[in-house]
Amino acid sequence: MMMLLLLPHLVFSKTWRVSRQGPIASIQSAVNQAAAGDTILVEKGIYLEKGLLIGKPLFLKGLNMPVLDGEHKYEIVSIKSDGVTLEGFDFRNSGFSGWNDVAGIKIYDAKNVVIRSNRLENTFFGIYCQNAVHCTIINNTLHSNAADEIESGNGIHCWKCDSMQITGNTITGHRDGIYFEFVTHSLIEHNNSFNNVRYGLHFMFSHNDTYKNNVFNNNGSGVSVMFSHGVNMLGNTFERSQGGSAYGILMKEITDSHAEANHFSNNTCGIYMEGTTRIMVTGNTFDGNGWAMKIQASCSDNTITGNNFKGNTFDVATNGSLVLSRFSRNYWDKYEGYDLNRDGVGDIPYRPVSLYSMIAEKNPTTMMLFRSFIVSLLDKAEKMIPSMTPVDMKDDTPIMKPLTL
Amino acid sequence: MIIATNVNKSFGRLKALDNVSLTCNKGQSISLIGPNGSGKTTFIKCLLGMVVPDNGFITFNNKNIAHDWAYRAHIGYMPQTGRFPDNMRIVQVFDMMKDIRKDSATCGLDEDLISAFGLNKVLNKRMRTLSGGTRQKVGASLAFLFNPDVLILDEPTAGLDPVSSEILKEKIISQKQKGKLILITSHILSDLEDITTEIIYLQEGKLKFHKSLQQLKEDTGEEKLTRAIAQVMKSNLHP
Amino acid sequence: MKKIIKYVVLDILRNRIVLAYTVFLFIISLSVFNLEDNAAKGLLSLLNIILIIVPLISIIFSTIYVYNSTEFIELLVSQPVKRTGLLLSIFTGLAISLLLAFLVGAGLPILIYSASGAGFMMIFVGLALTLVFVSLAVLASVITRDKAKGIGVAILLWFYFALIYDGIILFILFQFSDYPMEKVTIGFSALNPIDLGRIMILLKLDIAAMMGYTGAVFKDFFGGFWGILYALLVMLLWVFLPVWLTVRKFNRKDL
Repeated sequence: MMMLLLLPHLVFSKTWRVSRQGPIASIQSAVNQAAAGDTILVEKGIYLEKGLLIGKPLFLKGLNMPVLDGEHKYEIVSIKSDGVTLEGFDFRNSGFSGWNDVAGIKIYDAKNVVIRSNRLENTFFGIYCQNAVHCTIINNTLHSNAADEIESGNGIHCWKCDSMQITGNTITGHRDGIYFEFVTHSLIEHNNSFNNVRYGLHFMFSHNDTYKNNVFNNNGSGVSVMFSHGVNMLGNTFERSQGGSAYGILMKEITDSHAEANHFSNNTCGIYMEGTTRIMVTGNTFDGNGWAMKIQASCSDNTITGNNFKGNTFDVATNGSLVLSRFSRNYWDKYEGYDLNRDGVGDIPYRPVSLYSMIAEKNPTTMMLFRSFIVSLLDKAEKMIPSMTPVDMKDDTPIMKPLTL
Repeated sequence: MIIATNVNKSFGRLKALDNVSLTCNKGQSISLIGPNGSGKTTFIKCLLGMVVPDNGFITFNNKNIAHDWAYRAHIGYMPQTGRFPDNMRIVQVFDMMKDIRKDSATCGLDEDLISAFGLNKVLNKRMRTLSGGTRQKVGASLAFLFNPDVLILDEPTAGLDPVSSEILKEKIISQKQKGKLILITSHILSDLEDITTEIIYLQEGKLKFHKSLQQLKEDTGEEKLTRAIAQVMKSNLHP
Repeated sequence: MKKIIKYVVLDILRNRIVLAYTVFLFIISLSVFNLEDNAAKGLLSLLNIILIIVPLISIIFSTIYVYNSTEFIELLVSQPVKRTGLLLSIFTGLAISLLLAFLVGAGLPILIYSASGAGFMMIFVGLALTLVFVSLAVLASVITRDKAKGIGVAILLWFYFALIYDGIILFILFQFSDYPMEKVTIGFSALNPIDLGRIMILLKLDIAAMMGYTGAVFKDFFGGFWGILYALLVMLLWVFLPVWLTVRKFNRKDL
């Protein structure tokens, strides 16, 4: 149906050329003259469009990255039509506004928009999608210079969208790298989000989405996934989120989700779970984190199985004695048990919560004594006769050798 | 050469030296005599700076020895019991001392005693394997090795066999003739007879007298040092 | 002074204990790195050896050595040798030998298996602790005349710094857990060279976790240039203060 509607345009479409020297010197005038389905080629140069508005399905293509400069005042491009494709532009200097969410590119209530291979530099919000459906945002590079959370916008911001595809973008220096609120059935893949002030990915009230093979690196607080269900988190890398409230992933109030084959390294906390239900955590590697996982007592029915825990300061911490999550068949490098029957599974359970992590949780200054002889003695004693650590927090089938993941 | 003025030293409640003042001059050969525990060794150690006096001071060539160390280049010291690092060989001890005193040795080395005692045949023995007598010989050899102006000998003949004892005595006499200051403590008074020119008598840390041997013999009317001292001791114990 | 240092070092090297110590450290380090499946874990296992064994051996060996050198000291004190120089020579000789033993025994394996920031910090801390405990040993052996008593004092000092002090601190931190103790703990760490060394290593090994605590005081304080300088100065103080006290005491000691 769609194709049939588009067909006449494809057949009879016209190509317009915009050039600083040429007869058509402004993109807006080309857009105004063009008919739906036409192609507009923009030659190299700097264009001050004072807010380019695209209200019909057009294919805009930049030749040799023409620059669209928003002069720190305007929303550079506003897309208010379905079927717009924007490719090969260099967007610079959008306006900055605290109340209006000014963006480099903003999609208003549109379907089938493609934003491809653009560069966005120094924009407030980068690419802002509002009520967008079936849009593709692919291979863009976004860079801004956010200094704090209040006076900065998000890189790729989606609000009330469906079936979005966000692929291969690089986002840095924004507030949140990618922001999802009320977004469903979408895919976030192969993006690289780093050095953003708050979250590399911020995800709320967004159900049945998948994000995979992304790299989140050195963001202020890591990645946050909240109030959602049916989220698949696959093959992502979470690195170097360090600080008092920094997490590889913060999972809050999410249900029926899946975290698989991710790599968490050098984060203060790999996964922080609060109020989560039926989360499957499997095939992940936790490596060199302060805490591999913090599982609050409000979580239930989570399964943590077949993961590698290596070189973490603490493996697991919790804030209560109630344990409603299951650990099985994980590899723990701190496991000191034995395997007499040589089936590859340790014969005594592993208790991933160490006494001192509980003590340090209550009284952080005691970290001063961490790894001292007296603390090792305390921990050894606790391992023999658990008194402070939750008795049920254990892996009954710890694997002896690291799993190949 | 050495002047001690009001030297006091206590070890806890024991008063080892009680206001001792005396003068020792070049060319003198002085015997320090007194019963056991009278403070002879303590006095010697004070001269060497090994024991620090509680108060009073000692000068060596008119310089206060407190906090000084260079003056010891002029002293050869033979301790009461030769104590040396156990796992050093005799030759190593000699070499080390030569090494350390190389710069301060004024005139050439005097290795007579080493050969006279026959130590050069056992130079490779380790100190811990040596008998007390051999250690004494090493100690004596070291004291004379650097041709010092002052010789301080603490019980030099105590552990030596008669032959070695005689060798050492001859050595002391020859040094005395060179005009050096010699200070000896000994209980074997007969040994001192031929050596001594002066007698210093200490008792319970106090200097009882300091007179020439001649004077002492006259005062006591005895011909032999041994008897003279015996008389002194008796009269001091039963006044 | 150089001559005396030479004799002390030669004497210690002839004494096979330092050689045995070197071999012991070397074997332990190698086996630790080979047994553990990653170098970071190997470093962790080495941590306790460096914080416990190195101070222990350094202080006991040095104390015994100084007592066994009584004859040597007596011999040299009657010679034209400065007392201060004599004592500093013995200290330097001991320090050189034990530092060398540590460098070869533990430093070399660490460099081979884990030449990281944490590895270098561990070598630095090991060297610093060796110096500190040689210095404490010299003090212990000069203030006590009796050998058995001196060794007792040395073991007690080690025990205090390795265990008792931490116990006291743990107790204090719990007693005053309602008060802001972050700044105070930095002060506490300066009073125990083992703790100071351990914290410096922790900041390399467990940086992710250390960042997690509110304020991240240690990271803020010790992480920067000034913190390193502070730690270095405190360590130096721990070396020089006992040596200074020893020299003072030794200059007045009767032999």
